[in-house]
Amino acid sequence: MSETRTSGGLVGWIDDRFPMTKMWREHVSEYYAPKNFNFWYYFGSLALLTLVIQVVTGIFLTMNYVPSDARAFQSVEYIMRDVQWGWLIRYIHTTGASAFFIVVYLHMFRALLYGSHQKPRELLWLFGCLIFLALMAEAFMGYMLPWGQMSYWGAQVIISLFGTIPYIGPDLAQWIRGDFVVSEITLNRFFALHVVAVPLVIIFLVVAHILALHEVGSNNPDGVDIKKNKDENGVPKDGIPFHPYYTVKDLVGVGVYFILFSVIVFYLPEFFGMFIEAPNFEKANPQVTPDHIAPVWYFAAFYAMLRGVPDAFGGVVVMGTAVLILFVLPWLDRGKVRSIRYRGLSYKVALTLFALSFVLLTYLGTQPPTTVYTMLARLGTVVYFGFFVFLFIYTAFGLEKTKPVPERVTS
Amino acid sequence: MNQEGADKSRRRFLTAATSVVGGVGAAFLAVPFIAYWRPSARAQAAGAPVEVDISGLEPGQLINVKWRGNPVWLFRRSEEQLEELDTIEDVLRDPDSSQPQQPEYAQNQYRSIKPEIMVLVGICTHLGCSPLYRPEEKPEGIDDKWVGGFFCPCHGSYFDLAGRVYQGVPAPLNLEVPPYYFIDDSTVLVGEDEEGAA
Amino acid sequence: MRKILLMLTLVVLPAVGWTAGGGGDRLDPEVDPHDKASLQRGAKLFANYCMACHEAELIRYNRIANDLGLDEDLVEQYLMFKPDTQIHDPMTNAMTEADAEQWFGVPVPDLSLTARRHGPGYIYTFLNRFYVDEESPTGYNNTVIEGTAMPHVLETLQGRQKPVYEEGHEDEAPVDFEVEEGTGSMSQAEYRAATRDITNFLDYVAEPVKAQRQNLGVWVLLFFAVFTVLAYFLKKEFWKDVH
Repeated sequence: MSETRTSGGLVGWIDDRFPMTKMWREHVSEYYAPKNFNFWYYFGSLALLTLVIQVVTGIFLTMNYVPSDARAFQSVEYIMRDVQWGWLIRYIHTTGASAFFIVVYLHMFRALLYGSHQKPRELLWLFGCLIFLALMAEAFMGYMLPWGQMSYWGAQVIISLFGTIPYIGPDLAQWIRGDFVVSEITLNRFFALHVVAVPLVIIFLVVAHILALHEVGSNNPDGVDIKKNKDENGVPKDGIPFHPYYTVKDLVGVGVYFILFSVIVFYLPEFFGMFIEAPNFEKANPQVTPDHIAPVWYFAAFYAMLRGVPDAFGGVVVMGTAVLILFVLPWLDRGKVRSIRYRGLSYKVALTLFALSFVLLTYLGTQPPTTVYTMLARLGTVVYFGFFVFLFIYTAFGLEKTKPVPERVTS
Repeated sequence: MNQEGADKSRRRFLTAATSVVGGVGAAFLAVPFIAYWRPSARAQAAGAPVEVDISGLEPGQLINVKWRGNPVWLFRRSEEQLEELDTIEDVLRDPDSSQPQQPEYAQNQYRSIKPEIMVLVGICTHLGCSPLYRPEEKPEGIDDKWVGGFFCPCHGSYFDLAGRVYQGVPAPLNLEVPPYYFIDDSTVLVGEDEEGAA
Repeated sequence: MRKILLMLTLVVLPAVGWTAGGGGDRLDPEVDPHDKASLQRGAKLFANYCMACHEAELIRYNRIANDLGLDEDLVEQYLMFKPDTQIHDPMTNAMTEADAEQWFGVPVPDLSLTARRHGPGYIYTFLNRFYVDEESPTGYNNTVIEGTAMPHVLETLQGRQKPVYEEGHEDEAPVDFEVEEGTGSMSQAEYRAATRDITNFLDYVAEPVKAQRQNLGVWVLLFFAVFTVLAYFLKKEFWKDVH
């Protein structure tokens, strides 16, 4: 980071008043990332891209959406039919919502694979967990806005979860709704939160997440600390400047991502009823619940856990814990090595089971409950939590037999 | 970085090609977002051409209809009023309607298809107020010769019965004649030319 | 690259698998938003047979004219029957909700989004599965909506369709159907084609932009393919420095 001015003119003028070039260097052109990033490392930049897509399309949708009981549903169809290109912008937004979760889930799984949550990246992980939490709130409230049957009854069920909390529950649920049932009043406040409050929080957290990342430096598939090996200029020997090397690499990822994204937007916008659910083509009707109501796929795993517990409040606790336990992961995992490449066999098995249980729970959450499915959901829940318990015992008591970690990254 | 293996010209070409293709993509992507602000089908339906029945329109009488949210006046001028239009040409700003404030078929002495039937958008060309109809009595504060017309209460612009603006008033242009045509003798369609273009 | 594709297949395939299926014994109308002739016939049948009671208030006549390649005059002549309807008005009828309550005892649903809410197979099967039921006030029952209040308005086309029961199971659902010969103006194949046209039209009404987005999608995908290939070569060129 040289302090000398490299350019005069406008850039120099700005640099004297604002750290433009300095920031560019610090975060892009002279941010040294490990050279051995693999497939899993695309999802960070893709998540950021998806955030931008959602913000831009969301702003445009807001221009024609009307958050009222009488007009919300119609205004969405108005966007789909009467507003020029409204259909495209809405389909990008609905697809983007699901894409966001796919990308974020893969991004989180990457962290588990290569130990990106471990010291010294605990705070980076915490910011990530907060983003995930905010994203869930954002998605839930956004899903209510079209004011279809699924929007309405989904909101009804989720808000009722708060009602199961002992003592304060019923009052809390009513306070959230602002009415005795989910109504236009609820819709109005969720609209405000969805379009202004939560996006602001997410953007702030994303900035914090990236700043924290650039402070400690990126992890890599070998889990090696590249800052330990620097050349005479203080540049990590295994590091390469983010720009141009990772910008061009991510561009390829963006291209592939856009191809898949477009396949869905142009050919499968409902994605077999998973991204846009069929009952949501019927206006919200507080008198009639649809035959089968299921949450959107990205909440389904947590919903399956909730349903598996026979006690209402117990279910809520289990479901809440399933999300919150992620926050303490850095302190549960006391492993000496980061990357799965050098961790014990049991970790590999446990992580595989954990991922499978999450996929299984996601599937079960979208299906009507049967005796067998409920048993499976319970099994999945036990495996999900079992992973964290196992991880703590396995690592805190020195049971893990690790392989030697190389000095430098492998290619 | 070790850039010895770099093929500089290839690198420059690929960078340029990717940038250009990306730029073209961005430009295409901008189209839906820009078009999104154009009048929607609902706005176009609300602003669709309006059929007006003028069979009962007496000389001097004016009907006010709404087209695209604006007032549109249809009124019948008497023989006498038509003749008087000639007499004030020297005090008008654009007596020959040379400014494109009317469709071609209304660019004539009377600014209309049929001399006696006048169709005008009732919005002052100054700042958008709607002028008042004064077919006979002269509004206060006007020294020019008055043969009937319109007076804008906002900033005092005034126009004759062909919507032509007087000299020395704030309004720069004649009142606008909308596209229209006669479906039959007693029906006018406001908002569309005979060929169908809006 | 190959690894990426494999990953994606692994991610997408199960998703496709678990949502397919369901729908019971629905007939598949094989809707095709690009078959304009079918859509035009469907529009005409809808306007003539359905719109006395049903509406499709989310679609405008001029949109239909435009999308189906029809002249606006033809649309006015063959599709628009309600007095004082303008070409840019939505497909509504003169029946009020109170009329519906009085005549059928239930409100008549708007059909704008039915094809997306229940799937086109639902409409197609419903139109093909009216069967004679003496106990019903309309004289007909339906396998899709048991005890439907809707009369079989297409009876003159299809003819009288009678249920065939499994022997000894007359109180259960019919296993087959038989049309009384000479009671309908259409052959069975013609009737299936006609109801497919109606279904196709209603599927179009539920998402008028479908054909357009499918056509546009090809160009978008081609563009991103070119972009991705270029980006891939650009990446390879720059990464010579690293390897």
